[in-house]
Amino acid sequence: MKDFIEGSDAVARAVALCRPGVISAYPITPQTHIVEFLASMVADGKLKSQFINVESEHSAASLVLGASAAGERVFSASSSQGLILMSEVLFNIAGMRMPVVLACVNRALSAPINIWNDQQDSMAVRDSGWIQLYAETGQECGDLIFQAYRLAESPEVRVPVMVCLDGYLLSHGLEVVDVPEAAEVDKFLPPYRPTEKLDPAVPMTFGPLAGPDYYLEIRHDLHAAMRGALKLIPSIAADFSRQFGRNSGGLVEAYRLEDAELAIVAAGSVCGTIKEAIDALRQEGVKAGLLRLVTYRPFPEEAVSAALAGVGRVAVLDKAISLGATGPIYADLATALVRGKHQARVNGYIAGLGGRDITIETIREIFTRLSGEEVSAGFVGLKG
Amino acid sequence: MSVNINSRPGSARNNRTGSWRVDRRPKFLRQNCIACRLCLLVCPEGIITGKAKNSFETDYVYCKGCGLCAAVCPKKDIEMIPEDTETEG
Amino acid sequence: MPEHLLSPGHTACAGCGQALAARLVIDTAGPNTIIVNNTGCLEVFTTAYPESAWEVPFIHSLFENAGAVASGVESALRQTGRLDQIRVIAQAGDGGTADIGLQALSGMWERGHDILSICYDNEAYMNTGIQRSGLTPTYTSTTTSPAGKASAGNPRPKKNVMEIALAHGIPYVASASAGFPMDLQKKVKKALAIRGPKYLHIHVPCPLGWRHEPADTYRVARLAVETGLFPMVEFEGGQQTGAYTLSAPKPVAEYLKLQGRFRHLFKPGAEAALQEIQAIADRNIARYGLVKPA
Repeated sequence: MKDFIEGSDAVARAVALCRPGVISAYPITPQTHIVEFLASMVADGKLKSQFINVESEHSAASLVLGASAAGERVFSASSSQGLILMSEVLFNIAGMRMPVVLACVNRALSAPINIWNDQQDSMAVRDSGWIQLYAETGQECGDLIFQAYRLAESPEVRVPVMVCLDGYLLSHGLEVVDVPEAAEVDKFLPPYRPTEKLDPAVPMTFGPLAGPDYYLEIRHDLHAAMRGALKLIPSIAADFSRQFGRNSGGLVEAYRLEDAELAIVAAGSVCGTIKEAIDALRQEGVKAGLLRLVTYRPFPEEAVSAALAGVGRVAVLDKAISLGATGPIYADLATALVRGKHQARVNGYIAGLGGRDITIETIREIFTRLSGEEVSAGFVGLKG
Repeated sequence: MSVNINSRPGSARNNRTGSWRVDRRPKFLRQNCIACRLCLLVCPEGIITGKAKNSFETDYVYCKGCGLCAAVCPKKDIEMIPEDTETEG
Repeated sequence: MPEHLLSPGHTACAGCGQALAARLVIDTAGPNTIIVNNTGCLEVFTTAYPESAWEVPFIHSLFENAGAVASGVESALRQTGRLDQIRVIAQAGDGGTADIGLQALSGMWERGHDILSICYDNEAYMNTGIQRSGLTPTYTSTTTSPAGKASAGNPRPKKNVMEIALAHGIPYVASASAGFPMDLQKKVKKALAIRGPKYLHIHVPCPLGWRHEPADTYRVARLAVETGLFPMVEFEGGQQTGAYTLSAPKPVAEYLKLQGRFRHLFKPGAEAALQEIQAIADRNIARYGLVKPA
């Protein structure tokens, strides 16, 4: 059914269709709409889940960890400081191989305190062992939730998934979204049946202390599961496309890259703006293209490398920065291209931090600068 | 091959902590025992068994030789003896 | 079914008060119990991978989140209608309960989850090497509050977690001791029969950190109670309903002198500090009615 709704609503309706047994979150802007929608569904009896209000994001993440270990499908959501407060638990959830799904409504990090969008929060936890998917549209916000559960709960993966959506731009922006019927979702997403859970019938010990003789293998196993997800993500996206008749998710999306001489690599809602800029530039005879990262962790090196084959100049647009170094996507992309023996020139640009608007003009400026100075972390739109 | 990250119940039994004992081990004299079960209750290893009077014993495979059982026995019917003493029976 | 639900082969120090108390707790709770444990000695000495001493389902996540993880376990059981058959226990040491874990615990109590929370109080961060916690008693020498020429040890009084628990209006709050095993088991049984949040604070000597003989664990635990320094009390519905009463409280020195962590209090010049500790015991005795009027 098509409806004109916020990205937050699209996420909430998708989550409800996945029927998690336990939902827990702590209020933080701009994530709050998602859990408010879910809370009202529970209050109205439309969603039969335990909705638990907790006293911090640390506890929200811990609570869903416990519920997941006890065998339930779970959901949480956060943003910015909340995600960073959770970060200790995020590492733990991944290490314990709990298939938690969390929506990160991307927002800048303090200080200075800033409630507007960039992607510094999710990028700061990229090493936590969570799969990270970035939505471009309100439609994709919901669609990625279905795919996230399917992925996280796949026995060969068993890794938590973070669905990232840009604060306000997606979370509060209204779009026409096709919300599937419950029966369709049930066909796509089987019920969650963990092989092991906290159960007196088979009383396993979860979360043991592993010393130097074991830790390395356990970490390697998590890494291998993440790498294995690189194969599963496209097949789940293909299944999704077959069943729902639209493309969402996957590793990367190539936009007008076939003959492109210049390309931007980016993730999230900014890709919509980039596509518009590219269409305009193409009209002017500039062979520009976009590589949109849907999956950022695990990093799809081969897909990225293949998609950019033949592109002479690549600009990476990061809405985050590893301060004192480069944007995180830039660093990963540069590594992938070196490993892929690309000859492309790769520049890194930082834009949109703390909600600074990224317009078509900003994108044009990046394409222009791509022909100029070599930079790894060139700020775009700095005043004076 | 994926690693099982959870542990089997009670598998710590593989760890024979009796090797920790340095110089003393408890000897259940079985003379004045009143079956009060205090030794069984306070043993930090949970390895003392017995029901009737003068039937209690410990498991030297795990006994760390802390001496709590001997210390709590109201009848002084458990004695800490040197580790190299031969066991009777 | 195994004899005990905490198996031997764990790596607690000889004479560990926490090991004996934890076994009494789980043996009383029975096999249909899920344990959620904060990081600390108990978790470390029972779950060295790939082995575990637990015969019941057990989960450890982090140092401070047992309250929240247990809330999640309980919510999952509630969602699937299994909360009638399975009990949930959230347990931690004194640091995990009273310091770093207090927020999650407070949230758990406030939300009314059907969980028994247990503090195994050995009065310092023993797992990391005997550092001072919020439950370290006055004038205790620890590695981060050492007694020295300019210090008599930890200058602050022990935080009263039972009173904090009571402030949440939870139905059952009690204290117990490794020195009173049958009383401890009785309280666990009673607590688990009550629906809603319960809190049990258990005093557990640590031979290594308190510097007493391993064989003295029971004696030391009993003396803490018999001097009035560790009151064993019970609250139901917010009202005190029980106390382990003393016919004649023993002087605190009897308890303190067995332990190396208080050795500095028996040197010349420490008389005032010793008197202050006696005053703490006297206040406990008065506050909780530990000596029945003749």
